Amino acid sequence: MSELEQLRQEAEQLRDARKSCGDSTLSQITAAMDPVGRIQMRTRRTLRGHLAKIYAMHWGTDSRLLVSASQDGKLIIWDSYTTNKMGPLVPSLRSTPSPLRSSWVMTYNICPSTCWGGMLPSPAALLDDNQIITSSGDTTCALWDIETGQQTTTFGGHSGDVMSLSLAPDARSFVSGACDASIKLWDVRDSMCRQTFTGHESDINAVCFFPNGNAFTTGSDDATCRLFDLRADQELMMYSHDNIICGITSVAFSKSGRLLLAGYDDFNCNIWDAMKGDRAGVLAGHDNRVSCLGVTDDGMAVATGSWDSFLKIWN
Amino acid sequence: MQDDKAGGVPIRTVKSFLSKIPSVVLTLWQWLMKNLSIEDPVEAIHMGSLIAAQGYIFPISDHVLTLKDDGTFYRFQVAIYLCKRTMQNKARLELADYEAENLARLQRAFARKWEFIFMQAEAQVKIDRKKDKTERKILDSQERAFWDVHRPVPGCVNTTEMDIRKCRHMKNPQKVKKSVYGVTEDSQSQSPVHMPSQPIRKTTKEDFRKKFANPHVNILITYSDQYIEYDPFITPAEPSNPWISDDATLWDIEMSKEPSQQRVKRWGFSIDEVLKDPVGRDLFLRFLESEFSSENLRFWLAVQDLKRQPLQDVATRVEEIWQEFLAPGAQSPINLDSHSYERTSQNVQDPGRYTFEDAQEHIYKLMKSDSYARFLRSNTYQDFLLVKKKPENEQGRRTSLEKFTRSVLGEMLCGLSP
Repeated sequence: MSELEQLRQEAEQLRDARKSCGDSTLSQITAAMDPVGRIQMRTRRTLRGHLAKIYAMHWGTDSRLLVSASQDGKLIIWDSYTTNKMGPLVPSLRSTPSPLRSSWVMTYNICPSTCWGGMLPSPAALLDDNQIITSSGDTTCALWDIETGQQTTTFGGHSGDVMSLSLAPDARSFVSGACDASIKLWDVRDSMCRQTFTGHESDINAVCFFPNGNAFTTGSDDATCRLFDLRADQELMMYSHDNIICGITSVAFSKSGRLLLAGYDDFNCNIWDAMKGDRAGVLAGHDNRVSCLGVTDDGMAVATGSWDSFLKIWN
Repeated sequence: MQDDKAGGVPIRTVKSFLSKIPSVVLTLWQWLMKNLSIEDPVEAIHMGSLIAAQGYIFPISDHVLTLKDDGTFYRFQVAIYLCKRTMQNKARLELADYEAENLARLQRAFARKWEFIFMQAEAQVKIDRKKDKTERKILDSQERAFWDVHRPVPGCVNTTEMDIRKCRHMKNPQKVKKSVYGVTEDSQSQSPVHMPSQPIRKTTKEDFRKKFANPHVNILITYSDQYIEYDPFITPAEPSNPWISDDATLWDIEMSKEPSQQRVKRWGFSIDEVLKDPVGRDLFLRFLESEFSSENLRFWLAVQDLKRQPLQDVATRVEEIWQEFLAPGAQSPINLDSHSYERTSQNVQDPGRYTFEDAQEHIYKLMKSDSYARFLRSNTYQDFLLVKKKPENEQGRRTSLEKFTRSVLGEMLCGLSP
């Protein structure tokens, strides 16, 4: 057998071994833990105003302002507590740096001091007032300086479109989930890929860091969410059920990281006990796919956005 | 699922008012509950509707499915289908408004091919007439369901819609490449205990990997346990969750300079908590000033700020920070080891956002291991913690009473003004 063949076989065995023990590690340890109990959440607010599918939403740092983007080309900023709109934005091409020009409003972000909205082709994470990380259609990610419109760094390595990004709490690194079923951890400063995580069997649509930055969760078209630990360099838990047969579009953690909220193609969100791996609750109320969700910084509420053009606030 | 004997869903011919409806699937949701171990009937119904929406089963009397489809082939099919419907007994199979509209639209669109379409429809109707009545009914409803899925009734959800970002994949279907795990890329990954080169033919390797993961697993568990009282989804917020009670007092308290006891307690969890919270930061700074070591925190804060500056301002800020904290004769010199100092003075030659990264790391570690521990034991912090031990309700009530009084006075004053 050639050396390459041997290496390949070894890699396969490595992967299988990791898979078999990774899946049970966390749940074995937490078997004796008290369950978190049934989490029942109700819709507290419904935000109506978009005319088409909502593709993305993001909470402001005050945990009250929320911005949403829809396929109708509008960004709306909401005071979600009062459900008042702060005014829809139709970003002008002139205000965006030219390399970022695109014809779809897909995502935006709110930073502490200003409301910045932009037309970007795909997922993005605002690093701070001046820098943004985006994923490009050519399977790379890029770090931009907003004011000058310059691309300062490129992160290449994925073999599929990057569908989602999540910035670490210390903003020194981020993870990207792609259609090649892998997640990569990148160092912002030197643009190196520090780690690659595999295990999913289909496109990864969503990634989100655990609150302490040591782990992250993913949601995929293979109908599972998984928890990966950075330093253990492996998958710790899989969140799935035979009844769940559709893909996950979005994921987020509650403030303590104990709950994992995931939005699904079957119009619901499931709430998982992240430590024990059981389902703890459901958010049912949308009439179409849940495309995005986010938990406030203060952890008080979760917002879901859907293809039914509504946003709902729950807790 | 269809096999009755093997525990599938019973399929019967149901006698309804004027005729028999063949092949009806009875009590589907009950079957789903039993066979898929669903506890909640609501979920079983939801599951059933999903299956229906995908077109696997369809309601006999109603159009409520969704579907999508594109391509000329299918458009022709729709046209043929609608033509057929008009040819058949109108009393039984009248076209709905939207279907008539669609037919008219298609007629306009395919004016030239319409003869061909019409002929196809005629031919199909002839063949259908020869079939057994029951079979025809079933096929009719199947065909109708198909088009309900592919051309939904206006107002219904289209389950076959795809995420626009993935439409590209339809043109170039790539096989999902499962990367050969870690072998090529992870030359960079730095798990010190990780030994990727060991062959794993023995089961002991599995145990090793499990044991290796354990401490990291415990870190996650500890974190979530510690913060569970700060998680409003699990532990109800005090005084109340504004979204539920419609009372924003909690947010007012957060914004005030008087943090709750819970918040002050959190500063004791890690230095990051103190650095994140503006009130905690101030307190920590005051403590350091009393120890004459505040330059460390001020340097750390300045470097954090530097990383957020627009590119054009970076060079100036680097110079300012260098002058204040590091240059010989600096106003607030920080204590760096010689190695870090060397590196930093070199970096300053080519200023950028990460010029002081090494120095900042060093100072952070110093604060964490030294100053922070003393801060937690200090009177400054302890007094703050004790003061906050006053019952939460009292503070909450006082704040809302203040607000109320102010608002009443305000109204009175407004009333008085001309």
